[in-house]
Amino acid sequence: MSASLVPAASGRASAGAPTLLVLRDMLARPSGATGLVLVLLHLVVAIASPWLVPYDFKAISASLILSPPDAAHWFGTDQLGRDVLTRTLLGGREAILVTLVATPLAVAWGGFVGVYLGLVGGRLDDVLMRVVDAFLALPWILKMLLLIVTFGTGIGVLIPTLALFYGIPVIRIARAAAHNVVARDFVLAARARGHGRLSIIGRELLPNVFDALMVEGAMRWSWMLLAFSSLSFLGFGVSPPTPDWGLMIADSRTYLPIAPWAGLYPIAALSSLIIGINLSADALAKALGVDRAQKAPI
Amino acid sequence: MQAPDLLASLPSEGSSSSFTPAEGAGRDTQPLLRIQNLTVGFAGRAGAMLPVLRNVDLAVGRGESVGLVGESGSGKSTLAFAAMGYLKTGLQVMGGTAHFREHDMFALARPALERLRGGKIALIPQNSGQSLTPTIRIGGQLGEALRLHSRLPAAEHARRAVALLTQVRLPEPETILRRYPHELSGGQQQRVAIAMALAGEPDALLLDEPTTGLDVTTQAHILELLRELNRQTGTAMLYVSHDLGAIARVCDRVVVLYAGEVVLQGSTRQVLLKPVHPYAKGLLASIPKLSDPRLPVALAGRPPAPGGAGAGCSFVERCAMAEARCRSERPPLLTLLGGESSRCHFHEKTSQRLPGSIRTEPVRIVADRSKPALVLADLSISYAKASLLDQLLGRRPDVPHTVDRIDLRVAKGETIGLVGESGSGKSTILKAVAGLLAPVGGSIQFGQSEALVQDVDHRSPEHLRRIQLVFQNPDDSLNPRHTVAEILAQPLKLYFGLSGEPLHARSVALLEQVRLGAHYLDRLPSQMSGGEKQRVAIARAFAAEPDVVLCDEVTSALDVSVQAAVLELLNDLKRDRGTTYLFVSHDLAVVRALSDRVAVLYQGRLCEVGPVAEVYASPSHPYTEVLLGAVLEPVPDRAPVLLADDVVELAPPARGCPFQRRCPYRIGAICETEAPPWQQTPSGHAIRCHIPRHELLGHGERRDPTTRNHARP
Repeated sequence: MSASLVPAASGRASAGAPTLLVLRDMLARPSGATGLVLVLLHLVVAIASPWLVPYDFKAISASLILSPPDAAHWFGTDQLGRDVLTRTLLGGREAILVTLVATPLAVAWGGFVGVYLGLVGGRLDDVLMRVVDAFLALPWILKMLLLIVTFGTGIGVLIPTLALFYGIPVIRIARAAAHNVVARDFVLAARARGHGRLSIIGRELLPNVFDALMVEGAMRWSWMLLAFSSLSFLGFGVSPPTPDWGLMIADSRTYLPIAPWAGLYPIAALSSLIIGINLSADALAKALGVDRAQKAPI
Repeated sequence: MQAPDLLASLPSEGSSSSFTPAEGAGRDTQPLLRIQNLTVGFAGRAGAMLPVLRNVDLAVGRGESVGLVGESGSGKSTLAFAAMGYLKTGLQVMGGTAHFREHDMFALARPALERLRGGKIALIPQNSGQSLTPTIRIGGQLGEALRLHSRLPAAEHARRAVALLTQVRLPEPETILRRYPHELSGGQQQRVAIAMALAGEPDALLLDEPTTGLDVTTQAHILELLRELNRQTGTAMLYVSHDLGAIARVCDRVVVLYAGEVVLQGSTRQVLLKPVHPYAKGLLASIPKLSDPRLPVALAGRPPAPGGAGAGCSFVERCAMAEARCRSERPPLLTLLGGESSRCHFHEKTSQRLPGSIRTEPVRIVADRSKPALVLADLSISYAKASLLDQLLGRRPDVPHTVDRIDLRVAKGETIGLVGESGSGKSTILKAVAGLLAPVGGSIQFGQSEALVQDVDHRSPEHLRRIQLVFQNPDDSLNPRHTVAEILAQPLKLYFGLSGEPLHARSVALLEQVRLGAHYLDRLPSQMSGGEKQRVAIARAFAAEPDVVLCDEVTSALDVSVQAAVLELLNDLKRDRGTTYLFVSHDLAVVRALSDRVAVLYQGRLCEVGPVAEVYASPSHPYTEVLLGAVLEPVPDRAPVLLADDVVELAPPARGCPFQRRCPYRIGAICETEAPPWQQTPSGHAIRCHIPRHELLGHGERRDPTTRNHARP
C-alpha cells in the first residue's frame, strides 16, 4: 500500500531524526522559527547583559524617580530612580539560570521514575501513582511556600524544590509514553533474551520515550519560569536589590497607572520568553511527531 | 497524457462519449468505472513529483468483478481510492481521469462526491473493526447509512436494516442491530461493513483487502458471500488484495500492478494459469501450495521506490529474463490475441521455464527421534486472573484454561508447525516456552532431561541463550531507535561478551548468513524493507547460537515474494546449524513447506499431531479438514469446501470435545460429555476424535455434508 509513502510527503522529520533535521523542521514552521528566535534572543541577552547594560542596576537617583522614557533612559526609571532598561536586561538572569538547571533535573528524575513504573507496573505502580495523583491535587503554590518557609530561599533551595515539584507531572507523561513502548515486541524480545530491567530501560525504553520527554521538558521549562517569577513576585524568590522580572513587576504594580513603563517592560520580557518557549515546544512536538494531530483527511 | 481541459471540464454526455472505445457507443455498454491514463504522485523532498501510479488504465463494467493485485507499495489501494475521487493527503493527480458512470470524480464538487460515495460507489475497508464507530450500536450505524444513501422512507429503515443483515447472512439480525461493534467477531464486523456498503444499493463496490487479517475459515465464508452478492445484485466490484488465492475466488478479471504500473491484465484463468509477464509468474511461484510439499521460489529484490524506475521496464532489476532492451526502453502495455495485455517486451517467452524457478525440497535433518529438544508435558496456561473475592477465598477462577494439557515432543533438528485460527493458543504456547508467560500446570523439559524454569527472570543464561524467539512483525520486534549493529550487538554482548573487532566481525558474519551485507550495519529499521527487517530479526535470534528457535507467524506480515525468501532462509539455517524450530502459523500452506510434523490446535487443545504428509493427506480430524477445505489457493475454478460455519466461540467448552459446537460430523451426546480419545498410528499420526479413524476423511475427499454445514452444492 502507499500508506508508507505518504508520511515522507506530509513533512515532519522522521522518528529518530538527527538533531539538525529536527531543527530544520522546526525552523520551517512559522511558529517554530518565531519561538526559537525569541528563546535564543533571551539566552544571548541573559549571558551578555552585564556588558550590555548602560547603567549600574543599583544606582539610585532621587531626581529621576518614575521619570518616563527619554533619550538617556530608554525604558524610563523606577520608583527609586533606577534605569528600567538595565534592570529588565539583567532581570531574567536568575530566573533563566535556576530554571535551566532545574528543568533537566526534573525531567531526568521524573522521566526515570515514570519509565520504571511503566515497565514494572503492578502494586508499586498502583501505590506510587496514587501518591502522584494526591500530590498533583494540591495547589502548587501552597506546597512550594511550605517548603520555602521551612528551608529558606536562595538558589540552593529553589533549584531542588522546583526540580522536585516539576518532576512529578513528568512521571505521568513518562509512564504513559513508556506504556506504549512496553507493549511492543522488542521489549518482549529483550526480556526473553534475559536482559535486566535497567538495561531494558536504558536501551529499549528511554530512546523511544526521549522525544516525549524533550517536549515535556520544554513545556515544564515555561511553567517553571512562571513559578519562579511568581515566587519572586510574592517575595520568596530573588531578594532585592538583585534585578528580577517577578520582583520588578511586584514593585511597580502600585505605580502602574502613573508609570506603566516600570512594569510593562519586565512583563513584556517575561511573556516574550514564555511565548517563545511554548511556540518552540509546540514546533518541537510536531517536528518529532509527538504531537500527531494533523490536518483531518478529506 | 490527457489534455488538461478534459481534466477540468465538467462531465457531460458529450465529453464522456469521446472516451468510448471501439466496442460501440451508448451508455449501457460503457464501463461503470473508467480510469484513463491516470498518474498520481507526491512531492518528494527534493521538490520533484514522484509518481505512485503511472499511466494506469482500468475499466470495470457493470456486474464485473476485477481483482487488483500487487505487493505493498505497488499502488493498488491508491488506485482503488482514486476510483472514488479520493487521494491520501500529499498525493496529487499529475494527469489522467477517473470516471464513475458520467461523473469525472476529480472534477466533482464536494457535495456531489459525498452523495456518490457510500451510496452508488461504496467502500469496504480492510479493517472494519476500525471503520465502525465504537460508541454507536450497529442499528444506529446502519440507520445512518440508510438515511444518507437510500430513498426509503424513515419508517422502512428498520425493516431494510434487518433485510441487509440477512443478506450478508448474519444470524439473528435483530439482535445484531442492538449490539456494539466490539461485541461482534472480526468476521461479523466485516459482514456489517458489507451490509452498510450495500445500504445505498451501490453500482460499484471497492474492496480494500476485505479479508486480510481474518481467519481462513472466516475469510472463505466472506469471499463466498461477496461472490454471491456480485452474481445476485450485479454490483461491479474492484477487489484489491495481495492474495491471489482470494482474487481467484471472487474475480472474473485480474489486473496486476507493479511499481504503480499495470503490468498484466487478463481473465483470472489467463493470469493464474498462463501469466504472460515474468513478475506475475514469479509472484505465483512464490506462493506456497497445499498440494506441493516443496519450498516456494522467492522473487529476489524489491520494487523500485516511487520515481526510482529508470527509462526501461520497472521490473528489470528483478527479472530473470531481462535483456539490454529492457533497460533502455519502457515496454508498452500490449494487448495479445487471447485478450490479455502484458507490459513486457518478451511476453511470448514467459511460458518457458525461468532460470532458478524450481522449487526445492525442505531439509529434513531429524536423525534420532528419541533425542528430544523440547518436551511439553501436560502444559496448561491461563490468562484468567483471580478476582478480589477469589483471592480472599483462596480460590482459582473457574474458567477453562486458554491452553489445556498440551503434550508435545519435539525431536532435535525437527520443525514442528503449530497451526490454528486466532485464539487457538499457538502463540501462547511459544510465549510459555520462552518463559514470558507462566503456565498454570505441566512442565517444559529442555533437551534430554533439563527442566526449564518457567519464569524468564529466573532462567539460567545458558537456557535463555539456547532458546530464541522470532516475532511476527519486525516493525514491532526491532527497536526503531537502534541501528542494525546495535540490534545484533545485544545478544552478542549479553551471551558472549563480545566487543570491538570480534563483535564487528561476528555481526558481519551474521548479516551475511541472512544474505545482507556489512553495509546494513548502520541502518535503522525505518531504512529497510519488511523482508530485510525480518532477516535482521532472524540474524539477532541466530546470534545467540540457539538450539531451538521459536517462530511466531514470522512471515505473515510480509509480502508473498518476501515470505518465500524468509522460508528459504530458515530452511538454509536449519541445514547449516541443525536448528529445531517451533513454527507457528495460521497459514497451512506455509506450515507444510517447512515442517516435519504438524500440530493442529483448536482453542488451546491439540486436535491432531502427525508427520506433515499424513496430516495433509490421510484421514484428518474434522477441524483439520475444515481448515484445509477453507484454504484459498491461486487456482481458478477450485471452490473451497466450507464445512463448518465461522461462528467464533469465546470460551472453550468445559467438557467434551473442544470442537463440538462447530464440528460438521458431530455424532451425538458423547461429543459434549466425554473428552475424545487419541487415536494413534505407528507412524506417529494421532487424531483426537470420537469418530473411528477409518471413518474420517482426508483432504480432497468429499463426502455428503451433514446438517450443520454451509457447503456449496
